Amino acid sequence: MTDLQTTEHAIAVRDFIESTVLFGDSNAISDDDSLTETGVLDSTGILEVISFLEHRYSITFDDSDLVASNFDSINRIASFVATKIV
Amino acid sequence: VCGISGKVSVDGRHAAPSRELLAAMVAAIAHRGPDEQGIYRDRRAGLASARLAIVDIAAGQQPMSDASESQWVVFNGEIFNHVELRRELEAAGRVFRTRSDTEVILHAYAAWGLGCFERFNGQWAIALWNRTEHELVLARDPIGICPLYVRQHGGTVWFASEVKALFADPAVPREIDPAGIDQTFTYWAPLAPTTVFSGIDELLPGTCRVYRGSADGVDHTHWRPTFPEAGATAPWSLDEATQLLQERLAEATRLRMTRADVPVGVYLSGGLDSSVIARLARDSAAGEFRTFSVAFDDAEFDERSYQDQMSSMLGSRHHTVVVGRDAIAAAFPDVIRHTERPVLRTAPTPMFLLSRLVRDEGIKAVLTGEGADEMLAGYDIFREARIREFWARRPDSTLRPLLFDRIYPYLARSPALAKGMAHAFWKRGLDRMGQPGSSHEPRWWTTASIKRMFSAEFAASVAAAPPGDPLASLPAEFSSWSSLARAQYLEITTLLAPYLVSSQGDRMMMAHSVEGRFPFLDRNVVDFCNALPPGYKLANLDEKHILKRFATGLVPPAIARRKKQAYRAPDAAAFVTEGGLVDYAEDALSAPSIADTGVFNPTAVAGLVRKARRLGTDGAAAFGNTDNMALVGILSTQLLDRVFETNGHAGAALQMTSAVLRDIDRTDTAT
Repeated sequence: MTDLQTTEHAIAVRDFIESTVLFGDSNAISDDDSLTETGVLDSTGILEVISFLEHRYSITFDDSDLVASNFDSINRIASFVATKIV
Repeated sequence: VCGISGKVSVDGRHAAPSRELLAAMVAAIAHRGPDEQGIYRDRRAGLASARLAIVDIAAGQQPMSDASESQWVVFNGEIFNHVELRRELEAAGRVFRTRSDTEVILHAYAAWGLGCFERFNGQWAIALWNRTEHELVLARDPIGICPLYVRQHGGTVWFASEVKALFADPAVPREIDPAGIDQTFTYWAPLAPTTVFSGIDELLPGTCRVYRGSADGVDHTHWRPTFPEAGATAPWSLDEATQLLQERLAEATRLRMTRADVPVGVYLSGGLDSSVIARLARDSAAGEFRTFSVAFDDAEFDERSYQDQMSSMLGSRHHTVVVGRDAIAAAFPDVIRHTERPVLRTAPTPMFLLSRLVRDEGIKAVLTGEGADEMLAGYDIFREARIREFWARRPDSTLRPLLFDRIYPYLARSPALAKGMAHAFWKRGLDRMGQPGSSHEPRWWTTASIKRMFSAEFAASVAAAPPGDPLASLPAEFSSWSSLARAQYLEITTLLAPYLVSSQGDRMMMAHSVEGRFPFLDRNVVDFCNALPPGYKLANLDEKHILKRFATGLVPPAIARRKKQAYRAPDAAAFVTEGGLVDYAEDALSAPSIADTGVFNPTAVAGLVRKARRLGTDGAAAFGNTDNMALVGILSTQLLDRVFETNGHAGAALQMTSAVLRDIDRTDTAT
């Protein structure tokens, strides 16, 4: 795992959220903003993100992975994905 | 119920409106009163009325005057205590010519002036014009069941039950008010006096506005919700209060069943509130009893089994309209023509289809259970607020948020992630608990996230003239009330009046000339409920506690025991087919249409539409709560713009379609 890989994951997650949740608004949030506190993701939105990650990286999340703190910002998601694919 | 409209030169510098204009204004709202239309004109004023005749069908014609023909009135609604008021007025020597409630208004105003409004128990919008005093009074019932819109400009005042009657006058510009749209995407509806149309006010519920010589009206409040101080000693024991509430509710129901010269039906949702009302109604009136229900093809929303149990118990002649997704899509543009504002849910649409069934069955008035959830704390938002307040005292606690499992049992069965997400959602703003609005902020913030899709230009126009904030106009005593009372006040003033009794109530019923009557919104019931200690309404987390104490004996056990089910209908799914969205929606949401209306960002809407289309082909496609509200809200904004041609210019006058039966011309008479 390198920082570069994590950054690439962050870009992929951001692209996905911008295109399917924010519908093109790239200024709505920063990579460290809380996705729940800013209201960007509702409960369906987070499931969409998980489904996207599982397809793109061919990984599967265990129930124990699925805690809100792993998914609360773009950077947190990217770091967590990086731990899953090594 | 009826529709009213008028145009008055309050400064006396303009001629009276023409007969043709008044006829066109009333024709625009003829659906509210198909039985007869009437107009009155003098040198300054024109009044018009479309009447749905329910009380004193023969003699209750409008516009109506006093014996001297100085004081004129047009009136939409019902004064349910008109019999008692009349007795009081007759005892004071007043002589009546009819037995209609309209005449009671004239005498009551003559006897008591503006003080008459606080004596009226009912639902009403009234215009009183005195041709010798040159005084115009517009007034609206406490809750805001009957609508009333006003435009004041250049010495002239226009008023009407619906905005479309104002737009019948080519002199009235049609333009979207960004503040009204912005409020809609926070509170689900614009908050009076704001509307979604520039230059047009909605008169506040519980208010009357007086014009004397100038078009600057002066507002007087005759009612607003008020509650005891937090911790005040209860005036009644729980047992006493239970009995008193049952008596008041039974009386409110009896008045609404019997104060009509036509048969009155009852809506059955399958829930507790309408079941209780139906039972009390059954017990108060003899003869055939008719009940009406909405059922859904989608099992997720359907409540037929409970509706059938209740109608069996009542022995009613029961009618059901079964609503599918295609029926919602087909009716939705007509629904927006009647709501006259965007909506974020399709839920008004089945109510529109239900009132059509009621009309086709020959019924003009129906009782519903509307209001119980506001007055007796039935909604989840009250329980959420109570848990959040408890959590806020120990915000680091991981046990306290587990109480949410009690109100949302699915959370207990959900994976840790869903639960964590839900807790994160409710944790936001926890440090503000106790501040005004904290009970409602999770809902408002969720809805407001849709505003990210506003176009830059539209967002700038909102910023340039920000909408009113309901938290800035709270009553002085608000902070002394219990947390539950504060949340109830906000629910009554920001959702019940602006959305439920309007977009989902009056407008959907009157679209098919059906009058709704709401025993839980009876003046005596409302004031009694508001005077109760919070624990009688929300006992720990048991909602509508006091109602359940006596309802158990009145309805089938399965209905008494039922968990509350929120009334919902298919939202975005209603507009999706295998080939994309239904044609008119594709058209209204296309990039050129979105750009033309200017409220939303075409790129963002295109993304939302792409996502919605997948629902038609991909069974696993996701479309969340926020997405659903966004799609329905944006589509209805687009439809609104088309229906009302809100391009900033006046439209062509509507064609006069109704025959004016009663035409009173006093333009030749000096005043």
